[in-house]
Amino acid sequence: MTSSKLDAHIPEGHMAEKWSKYRSTVHLVNPANKRHLEVIVVGSGLAGASAAATLAELGYKVKVFCFQDSARRAHSIAAQGGINAAKNYQNDGDSVYRLFYDTVKGGDYRSREANTHRLAEVSGNIIDQCVAQGVPFAREYGGLLSNRSFGGVLVQRTFYAAGQTGQQLLLGAYSALMRQVGTGAIKMYARHEMLDIVNIDGKCRGIIARNLITGELERHFGHAVLLCSGGYGNVYYLSTNAMGSNVTAAWKAHKKGAFFGNPCYTQIHPTCIPVSGDHQSKLTLMSESLRNDGRIWVPKKKEDAEAIRAGKLNPNDIKPDDRDYYLERRYPAYGNLVPRDVASRAAKERCDAGFGVNATGEAVFLDFAYNLRYKYGQMEATKHGIENPTEQQLFDLGKEVVKEKYGNLFDMYKQITGVDPYHNPMMIYPAVHYTMGGLWVDYNLMTTVPGLYALGEANFSDHGANRLGASALMQGLADGYFVIPYTIGDYLSHEIGTKAISTDHEAFVEAENGVKEKLNKLMNVKGTKSVDHFHKKLGKIMWEKCGMARNASGLKEAITEIQELRKQFWADVRIPGEQNEFNPELEKAGRVADFLELGELMCMDALQRNESCGGHFREEYQTEEGEAKRDDENFAFVSAWERTGDNQWTMHKEELKFEYIKIAQRSYK
Amino acid sequence: MNITLKVWRQKNSKERGRFETYHVKDVSADMSFLEMFDVLNEDLITEGKEPIAFDHDCREGICGMCSMYINGRPHGPLQGVTTCQLHMRSFKDGDTIVVEPWRAAAFPVIKDLAVDRSSFDRIMAAGGFVSVNTGNAQDANSILIPKTDADLAFESAACIGCGACVAACKNSSAMLFVSAKVSQLALLPQGQVERHERVISMVNQMDEEGFGSCTNTGACEAECPKNISVENIARLNREYLSAKIAK
Amino acid sequence: MSSNNFLSLFSSSIGKKVIMAVTGLFICLFLVVHVAGNFQLFKADSGLAFNKYAVLMTTNPFIKTISYILYLTIIIHAIRGLMIEFENRKARPVRYAKYDGNANSKWASRNMGILGTILLVFIVVHMHDFWYNYKFGHTPYTLYKTELATGKMTEAKDMGPDFKMGSKMEEMLAGDYKYVIVKDLYKEVKEEFKQLWWVLFYVVCMGAVSFHLYHGFRSGFQSLGLNNRRYNNIFQSIGTWIFAIIIPASFAAMPLYFYFNQ
Repeated sequence: MTSSKLDAHIPEGHMAEKWSKYRSTVHLVNPANKRHLEVIVVGSGLAGASAAATLAELGYKVKVFCFQDSARRAHSIAAQGGINAAKNYQNDGDSVYRLFYDTVKGGDYRSREANTHRLAEVSGNIIDQCVAQGVPFAREYGGLLSNRSFGGVLVQRTFYAAGQTGQQLLLGAYSALMRQVGTGAIKMYARHEMLDIVNIDGKCRGIIARNLITGELERHFGHAVLLCSGGYGNVYYLSTNAMGSNVTAAWKAHKKGAFFGNPCYTQIHPTCIPVSGDHQSKLTLMSESLRNDGRIWVPKKKEDAEAIRAGKLNPNDIKPDDRDYYLERRYPAYGNLVPRDVASRAAKERCDAGFGVNATGEAVFLDFAYNLRYKYGQMEATKHGIENPTEQQLFDLGKEVVKEKYGNLFDMYKQITGVDPYHNPMMIYPAVHYTMGGLWVDYNLMTTVPGLYALGEANFSDHGANRLGASALMQGLADGYFVIPYTIGDYLSHEIGTKAISTDHEAFVEAENGVKEKLNKLMNVKGTKSVDHFHKKLGKIMWEKCGMARNASGLKEAITEIQELRKQFWADVRIPGEQNEFNPELEKAGRVADFLELGELMCMDALQRNESCGGHFREEYQTEEGEAKRDDENFAFVSAWERTGDNQWTMHKEELKFEYIKIAQRSYK
Repeated sequence: MNITLKVWRQKNSKERGRFETYHVKDVSADMSFLEMFDVLNEDLITEGKEPIAFDHDCREGICGMCSMYINGRPHGPLQGVTTCQLHMRSFKDGDTIVVEPWRAAAFPVIKDLAVDRSSFDRIMAAGGFVSVNTGNAQDANSILIPKTDADLAFESAACIGCGACVAACKNSSAMLFVSAKVSQLALLPQGQVERHERVISMVNQMDEEGFGSCTNTGACEAECPKNISVENIARLNREYLSAKIAK
Repeated sequence: MSSNNFLSLFSSSIGKKVIMAVTGLFICLFLVVHVAGNFQLFKADSGLAFNKYAVLMTTNPFIKTISYILYLTIIIHAIRGLMIEFENRKARPVRYAKYDGNANSKWASRNMGILGTILLVFIVVHMHDFWYNYKFGHTPYTLYKTELATGKMTEAKDMGPDFKMGSKMEEMLAGDYKYVIVKDLYKEVKEEFKQLWWVLFYVVCMGAVSFHLYHGFRSGFQSLGLNNRRYNNIFQSIGTWIFAIIIPASFAAMPLYFYFNQ
């Protein structure tokens, strides 16, 4: 059933041995030859920085490109909650198999078993590596590492550094990267954006990049190119992604032959600060770790919800019996810790039913009052020997504990909303957060273009249809530190005879001309509407019709609307300024142009997948209780889209075989 | 509310800049400062004018890219807050707000409010790391670190590299930035081996970049969006002195 | 690694601060001695004790050595300080149009250069008036006659402008009395501070001392790396109470004392 164009190159053997065997038999490159082999890394987040640093340590010549002003700003930095690893430091029964199992199950049985198992296998090494670099993870008083639990699992395997885990991990990888920059093994190109890949004789041999300060186009040769450019959540305009996060690098590669895998799998994160108005430029996540202690609810009575929306009722005045803790009600086993897709849909379901609690009707409460007083407050009171503490005492004692755990998040919430979450429940609503889909890659992380790799969120491979919390950091670093350094050898060992190709080669010239033409075309539209105008419109279409819930007719409408919007864009966009200067509007325009193509493909993919799985929820395919209904018979495959012409695609299937995990209905009840 | 903005406009690093005055109408208190700029830029584009270039990315206070000097203070009037997290409810109807880029010889202006902070990267490349190749690490729990040390190291490591310390300092000194990294690694056992080389290389690079020298005004600490303490600078001084004496 | 040798320490940004700190704290230490000695101005002995003290300070070889080190220290502190001020200005070639320094730092900390310059002018004037004139100019001599049995001074006699002597002080015993002829620096002080504008000049300069030390004392410790949550309050209190209040106030009290006790 798997398309002949797709070979995942999964090694033979038992799951538990595949990686270790493969690693020991993969082709190696002689150190002397590594010095002559050049690798281009696009993106400097967890995947890019860790890959670049490790490859440079191994002796390869590396060039790293990022559009930000410094490698340290990549959006991995914003990850809050933590990173998973099967260390079993808590002695709660964790193991590589259990992490593998949880990840496959969390991904709703739509990920590739072999990749996911490898991810679980190397997870422990990541923690070791990061600690050795000086990443200041949270610790217990005895000096050992501390763990917490995240959604979708029953063990404590998440390592964290307050609410800034992504930052600390990225700064660790960045420091490794800068160390190699210092030695000259890596050449860093900040404020550069990759605008095309260059293929020669069927292999990827370099990129065209635009210097964002001068606007000049540059040609760079590499024996291999690694795309570590992150996800495409900004296709929705509003998301938790950084403003600059984009699909451009992956999309250009897609247009040059790299298949795009599972584009419709997007993760909607349940705990974000709700939209406050039309001016909104991005959405801010409140870490999933808050769900450890916050209880999610809406009023039981519609009239209460209406009164809250109208500002006539203080939520604190609603009696416990009149509150609907809907996650605890629907999923007693996991309660507030169900996976993200489940929690998000449940919030949408309540709001759609009219129980939303902010002015727009699109928000639910995340309430700390109970745990603050009766869990932490009571614990502290007992510790201090206070008998019969007053409510105020409980509050004061509990507040200190909550502050220690989540202080920065509470401050951030107050900063953004102007509401103090110690006294009032937070309001949250789901928002686009992560894209499980991405460039299709084989076991080596190579795309369908030889020599072109995709790592981290930019590829599709490990999370199936839904990613578990604290697994994105794990995957980015696994790919960069522990997978690509081995698997790239399989390709580069055959390239030792290839001398560096001159960037005067006609393929480079042609690619650069193509980029120039596209930029000229954009600049010459000279229309009347700003780039954001189109981006917002696209985002609205995507969110409404290809968002948390999708249906066939909506998706068909979306496709037509996007095609129409794309036409308008190319007829009416206005980009002020010059091409050959620092021009953020031009940068945005290029990215939105790519989103306008990707959006259509996402809808096509969502339309063909006649089932509900993970982040992809098709309204037509649900159980009577409103749970997602998978169709393993017909849809246990990865959709890999090949671009065959201008906005023309052919879908190829990679069949997913589950040999080591019994495929089952996902239940968190 | 209505706001008057005086914004520094500068075409590129070579040309001279000047202030331009803009009026932004119907600003909502829930807008972030940068969203107000988005609105202004949208208006400018519609009017056929060039929008104001400014650096920003994550808009949640962690990437360190946003960098506006607002009414005489980096990141504006609030403490512990980046420009992107500053909201318009901190201002009043009718306010006039002066917005300038970070100003320092080591941070040349690229355009309008965007500056080049690559000097920070070069300081990091000079020594802001532990030299440990991938694959060499021992089990994470074999290094015991007292919680207090780990917490202190974390506080230093929270630096986002935005450069507000340099912008706030009357001397354009980068000591808070450098000291935060030096401190993080000096406080942890992993950083001990290269302790002396690290501090010397990083300080040498800092000096080469043309930052001023610290006179302990404490402005950096007061304006740091991550509340990095000047205790780190004292630690840097200590580390540097002992490294120089030991060498 | 020649650039890493010990001497290069002093050309680095941190080294410059260390020099400022070490020299500054040494000057602070001197101020303690200086103010303590000068308290003898308040003694109602027509200046005998103070004049004797002045002789001791300018003749004892150990103290003389220290004082030359002190002069050198002041010169280094001043030159290095001015250089830092100018170098730091270069680090920001374009100034801010709107600058709200009070929001994040104390006025004194931002104006050490100006305060220091005022103090440098003050030191020059002060040294000229009391050190140069005492040493090289014409300071009159006074004869003090003290009754040995009671220790009570019975007479202090101006020796007149033409009196000259080989040394700064001579002591002799005759009968029940002890006679001391000594260069009368006390009188110089007394004369100078009869003039209002001199008094004002000194008081204003002591204000500068106060602000300079309010920041400088604590800052010196910070520059030397001595910043510790447990001791910071102590450093700050000493800096504020002793160096920014008590010492400058005591110095300022001296001209005021003479002015109002004419």
